[in-house]
Amino acid sequence: MAKVTLKGVKKSYGQVKAIHGVDMEIQDGEFIVIVGPSGCGKSTLLRMIAGLEAITEGTISIGDRVVNDIEPRDRDIAMVFQNYALYPHMSVYENMSYGLRIRGMSKSDIEKRVQRAAEILQLQPYLQRKPRELSGGQRQRVAMGRAIVREPSVFLFDEPLSNLDAKLRVQMRLEIKRLHQQLGVTSIYVTHDQVEAMTLADRLVVMNLGRADQIGAPHEVYARPATTYVGGFIGSPAMNFLSCRVENGSGGPRAVLSDGTALALPTAWSVPPGEYTLGIRPEHLRTARPGETPHLMLEVDVAEELGADTLLHGKIAGEELVARVPSYAGYHDHSKPGLITDITLAHLFDKESGLRIAV
Amino acid sequence: MEKRVVFHNKYLPYLLVAPQIAITVIFFFWPASQAIVQSVLREDAFGVSSHFVGLDNFIALFEDEYYLNSFKVTALFSTLVTVIGLSLSLLLAVTADRIIRAATLYKTFLIWPYAVAPAVAGALWGFVFLPGPGIVAYLLQQMGVDWNFHLNGAQAMFVVVVAATWKQISYNFLFFLAGLQSIPKSLIEAAAIDGAGPVRRFWTIVLPLLSPTLFFLIVVNVVYAFFETFGVIHSLTRGGPAKATEILVYKVWYDGFEAQDLGGSSAQSVILMAIVIGLTVIQFRYIERKVHY
Amino acid sequence: MIERRPIADFVGHLILIVTVLIVAFPIYLAVIAASHDLAGISQVPMPLLPGSEFFTNMANALLEGPKIVGVGRGTSALLLMSNSLIMAISIAVGKIIISLLSAFAIVYFRFPLRTFFFWMIFITLMLPVEVRIIPTFKVVADLGLLDTYTGLVLPLIASATATFLFRQFFMTVPDELVEAARIDGAGPMRFFWDVLVPLSRTSIAAMFVIQFIYGWNQYLWPLLIAAAPEYQTIVLAIGRLMRAPDAYEEWPLIMAMAVLALLPPVVVVVLMQRWFVKGLVETEK
Repeated sequence: MAKVTLKGVKKSYGQVKAIHGVDMEIQDGEFIVIVGPSGCGKSTLLRMIAGLEAITEGTISIGDRVVNDIEPRDRDIAMVFQNYALYPHMSVYENMSYGLRIRGMSKSDIEKRVQRAAEILQLQPYLQRKPRELSGGQRQRVAMGRAIVREPSVFLFDEPLSNLDAKLRVQMRLEIKRLHQQLGVTSIYVTHDQVEAMTLADRLVVMNLGRADQIGAPHEVYARPATTYVGGFIGSPAMNFLSCRVENGSGGPRAVLSDGTALALPTAWSVPPGEYTLGIRPEHLRTARPGETPHLMLEVDVAEELGADTLLHGKIAGEELVARVPSYAGYHDHSKPGLITDITLAHLFDKESGLRIAV
Repeated sequence: MEKRVVFHNKYLPYLLVAPQIAITVIFFFWPASQAIVQSVLREDAFGVSSHFVGLDNFIALFEDEYYLNSFKVTALFSTLVTVIGLSLSLLLAVTADRIIRAATLYKTFLIWPYAVAPAVAGALWGFVFLPGPGIVAYLLQQMGVDWNFHLNGAQAMFVVVVAATWKQISYNFLFFLAGLQSIPKSLIEAAAIDGAGPVRRFWTIVLPLLSPTLFFLIVVNVVYAFFETFGVIHSLTRGGPAKATEILVYKVWYDGFEAQDLGGSSAQSVILMAIVIGLTVIQFRYIERKVHY
Repeated sequence: MIERRPIADFVGHLILIVTVLIVAFPIYLAVIAASHDLAGISQVPMPLLPGSEFFTNMANALLEGPKIVGVGRGTSALLLMSNSLIMAISIAVGKIIISLLSAFAIVYFRFPLRTFFFWMIFITLMLPVEVRIIPTFKVVADLGLLDTYTGLVLPLIASATATFLFRQFFMTVPDELVEAARIDGAGPMRFFWDVLVPLSRTSIAAMFVIQFIYGWNQYLWPLLIAAAPEYQTIVLAIGRLMRAPDAYEEWPLIMAMAVLALLPPVVVVVLMQRWFVKGLVETEK
């Protein structure tokens, strides 16, 4: 087991910059999830840690050793690939033991390790089968088994669940979590799925266009997104963003929308007046009860019934907005409910840079 | 097309390509360059010394009526082999494609001539048409034809075309069948729903979609008729009678080995090379365009 | 097809069956000729049913060979066929080995002369032996390889076709397999032997069939290189016998030899049909 340190890591392909400089310190035994949409550089970053991509600038260390110029096989890592990358002509047993055989481990030691991994992953009945005779979930387990038998100091996962169907994905997610609790090996996990990211991570790295926008524990990333990008990416449905002007009136600071609607901000907030982006999560909006003065009036285009909740899609001050309200409220298409928001849960971002404003 | 992942090693790749490159240089590039050099030289009568003669060998060739005849013979021969071979195999492939269930069975019975050497194909058909015991020769004589392909140039051409085509039909058939089977059934069904009958569907849907295969096969068949039929000619007619079946490749060999005319044979080699290069370029031009298709 | 037309189906079967019969006809005739003695096939018209001499003729061809003056005298078909076999197998195996290696280098390495080598191999497509007959003969003669197996085989084992087939196949092997192998600790040659070659089995089988036939059916090359009877191949012997002055005296024997000459490649093609068709269609695409 080991900690992994990235210092100013950059990657470019010719003139094209893929990673703009990432710094990160991953603790021994920690489960880190790198999350972001396709093309954000998350896989490239992982492959640089694995040694499959050269590092253009900066250093990566595993344990106390800078590994920039060390071959993948000598980095003491194991990797689980998105398409599993099992050797199709080898049996499950041969697949799992291949790396050990190359390293010249004795037959009996290999046997012991493979059997133990097979036991953990419930693969014993399939050891003599070929990958094509296995289901998707079983192949996934073999790919993990191949990583486990190596007993590496770091596990790398490259979107390992994205080829599975939804139900299996949930099940394998749990298994990976259990496995990590059991083995306690430092793990770096890349995914585009925010639910996977939130549920698995000790800490999340949200990547955007080759940069790590935010690194933090899941609840922290959710509660205090560092940028509008992170706010919009984490949480479903996505956070609503409204352009506003902050004024300091007699009753404390207010956010005024383009149609003149004013929202009173918590008096504790000290914000210099100016143009901002206000972020409100759909789940932090509710419909006004009789007698309450609504903060916002929503013109609903479409009401999407999800069962327990209903998503109200509409416009406020010409900008798209979604509210998540309990279904019993009974709103439907083209209704015009008034909305109440707990403004202490709202977020303010700089209009230009999209950075969070500390209040 | 490039691999994302590669191995890094300074010397290994050179070691890996070395055998192939060595053979290619020694047996392909060196002789080919020698052919070009020889084509502008002429040896004296005793083969002791040679001197530069510029394009004389080429000029002599194109003034040689036998060489011009050989060009005509090759043109006729390759056109016949290509047109007859392709039409027949297309007909067979379309027919076999209709009868999907039995197509594989017919395939097995039609592919094996591919495995027969051109010289052996020549021997087999030579016997069928052999004046005297040959059974078809007998039937033709019964019908009043004065059959002897050893003496009659047109008949000789007929026999070499039959033997050469027979051998190539299976190859064409396999490619046409593969091409037909790769046409999405839904397209044919859509055309049928649009009201096109089988014949119209063939001309307006199937044939255009098959055109890349057809074009590819035309080039392959021309190359085959030009270069690979040496065995058919050598075993059946020896280029005769009276040079009626002397195709270019046969003449290169004959002039070089039997007539010992080194310069002339080399000049012919250079012309043949130009023809192959031309055909290959045409083929790749087309394949490039096919990518966008 | 869409229309259900029993008559069209019937006509289709008829066309195909007639074609199959016509295609097989010359071989049938060769077998018949091989089963009669000289007097038997000298009848006009020749008999169309098998005679009783098939095994005599076969044994004669296999063990003694033709007696025509000057042409392959005393070379039994057994000797000729074993030469053909040596040539066909050496060419097929040699091509497969050197093409696997060069395709591996070109696909899995980046090195300064890579593109140059690729084009060099590519250009060999444009230099069939027929267009460089005399100078190639000279090279082989200068190397002292006339009338040797090496001279018969070596110049024919450089093949752009096989290199391209393997290159094409390697391009379809997922990159992740290389990465997994690298993380597992495999170097390039280890990856080649443990992963790439086993995965290429089908392509190798396909190449073997195609190149075996190519090697077995060589005609012009042995005609140049193998002057000595003990290095001649069966295909070459048949071509030479065909136009020999006294050929007509040996027709049963020549036809027996023709049957022997076509049997091995035909058996290989029919038995390995699946790989053969796949290899053929994929090489050219």
